[in-house]
Amino acid sequence: MVDTNAYENGQSIDQIKTAMLDPVRIRKRKRSEKIIESIFFISAFVAVLSVAVISLFIFTEGIPAIFEIGFSDFIFGTKWQPLGDVYGILPMIVGSIYGTLGAIVLGVPIGIMTAVFISEVAPDWLVRIVKPAVELLAGIPSVIYGFFGLIIIVPIIDETLGGGGNSLLAVIIILAIMILPTVVSISETSIRAVPKEYKEGALALGASKIQTIFQVILPAAKSGILTAVILGIGRAIGETMAVILVAGNTPMIPDQMTDRIRTLTANIAMEMGYAYGLHQQALFATGVVLFIFIMALNILLNAFTSKVGDV
Amino acid sequence: MSRKTKDGLILGLVWLSAAITVGVLAWILIYVVSNGIGEISFEFLTSASNGEEGGIFPMIVNTVYMIAVSLLISTPIGVLAAIYLNEYARPGRMLKLIRFATESLAGIPSIVFGLFGMIFFVVYLKFSWSILAGSLTLSIMVLPTIVRTTEEALKAVPNALREGSLGLGATKLRTVWKTVLPNALPGIITAVILSVGRVVGETAAVFLTAGMVPRVAESMMQSGRTLSVHMYLLAKEGISFEKAYATATVLIVLVFIINFSANYLGKKLNRN
Repeated sequence: MVDTNAYENGQSIDQIKTAMLDPVRIRKRKRSEKIIESIFFISAFVAVLSVAVISLFIFTEGIPAIFEIGFSDFIFGTKWQPLGDVYGILPMIVGSIYGTLGAIVLGVPIGIMTAVFISEVAPDWLVRIVKPAVELLAGIPSVIYGFFGLIIIVPIIDETLGGGGNSLLAVIIILAIMILPTVVSISETSIRAVPKEYKEGALALGASKIQTIFQVILPAAKSGILTAVILGIGRAIGETMAVILVAGNTPMIPDQMTDRIRTLTANIAMEMGYAYGLHQQALFATGVVLFIFIMALNILLNAFTSKVGDV
Repeated sequence: MSRKTKDGLILGLVWLSAAITVGVLAWILIYVVSNGIGEISFEFLTSASNGEEGGIFPMIVNTVYMIAVSLLISTPIGVLAAIYLNEYARPGRMLKLIRFATESLAGIPSIVFGLFGMIFFVVYLKFSWSILAGSLTLSIMVLPTIVRTTEEALKAVPNALREGSLGLGATKLRTVWKTVLPNALPGIITAVILSVGRVVGETAAVFLTAGMVPRVAESMMQSGRTLSVHMYLLAKEGISFEKAYATATVLIVLVFIINFSANYLGKKLNRN
């Protein structure tokens, strides 16, 4: 490479020119640029490699167990008794789905409304409070949400509805809070991305502010809002530590909101520490099921965002 | 219902939702901090734990280790990857694949990272439960955060700067290195700070890879319990809620500092 300080170092312009145009040097420079460019590429490729290796290891550990237990016994089995070598994860699948659905039903409307508040309704000084609050909510470690659930939400449920408090309902409430930041921030971004003309047009046609927001702006932002919901589902289904602290973790299909549940994630985290043999493999198989859920969501998300463009 | 009442009702719901969002945060913060602040003392922060009781000094040190090692690994890779994606990559299948992988990595639940880290780093590579195994797992986990945030920062660097540099005869690499990167530096630091936040808060991926020995790890190959894992054990076993409140308060203060500095840098970046 040519020394940029050459001129100050007393070389004449002509000397520098010859040096810069020297074909050997140019070739060398080109080669080193190529090498460094490939280092950049390899760094970017680490993500691809990681996903591949993660999938490979989870699947090679988990798939044999699914065959050994039997696919339908594993997926549709309602009993999880490691001591008797009975491994059915239907209760955990149901637990994860109920918890996630509940969190979406409770959290998404609040999240979207909060996004509307931030982007369309609130005065500036309030935006300066609510927005950082949402960011802070995103930064709080999940174990603190779990602790909060354990000392506040669980006792409240126990006192009002009975049943001990550790329950599906507690999981739903905690997960609903935890998906709020995701839903709010992505919805807000997509609401802000709606062209001003839509809003002005609607207002000019005599629509009220609220009508404009809910009948013009939100429908126009729906792809971003759906993205927010999908990411929220991903966060809820993958959450582990907060859920363990409030779920009660009994591997049974719940009949009511106050029943204890165990999720797929909790199943792995609670037993991985001491499991061995088929039991450990069955936990990896639980991971496989979780992984497939998440990958399906990712593919859905990918198809979705590439269709609407880079939102 | 008249339009006015209907509008008023919906507007009320919008305000209520925002109030719930902020209220929940305030509730968590006030409740935890007011119960925990009294428990925090110099001794609590600087003494070793005694079983589940006692101070949290070893956990603080282990957490710092985890932050340092995982970011030393993931920051260079993430930043270089972002440079490739923003400055070099041409649209095509490869770019799509890399983007899909990065997005997927961001979506994988931490417990799956934990499973992977345990079977790959702890068992397969025989690192045993250790700071190294935990940090490697976390460095993969925070990679998407670093790549994305750095990319945003690179995108914000005006093209005129690149053109100017290239026009003066600088090579592409020199342009990226001397012109683009320095301008994107606040964004890169923000990326690092956000990743610190994730490492501090992570539990599921850590306890399966770094273990939970409540002592200061003396080497990278030793197990060490982090603050979040400690917090989880205190809450789960219900041994000492006072210590749990105090540990939670320490975590919340850390999150506050992290968020504040990321925000500050973000604003600085926007102004530039």
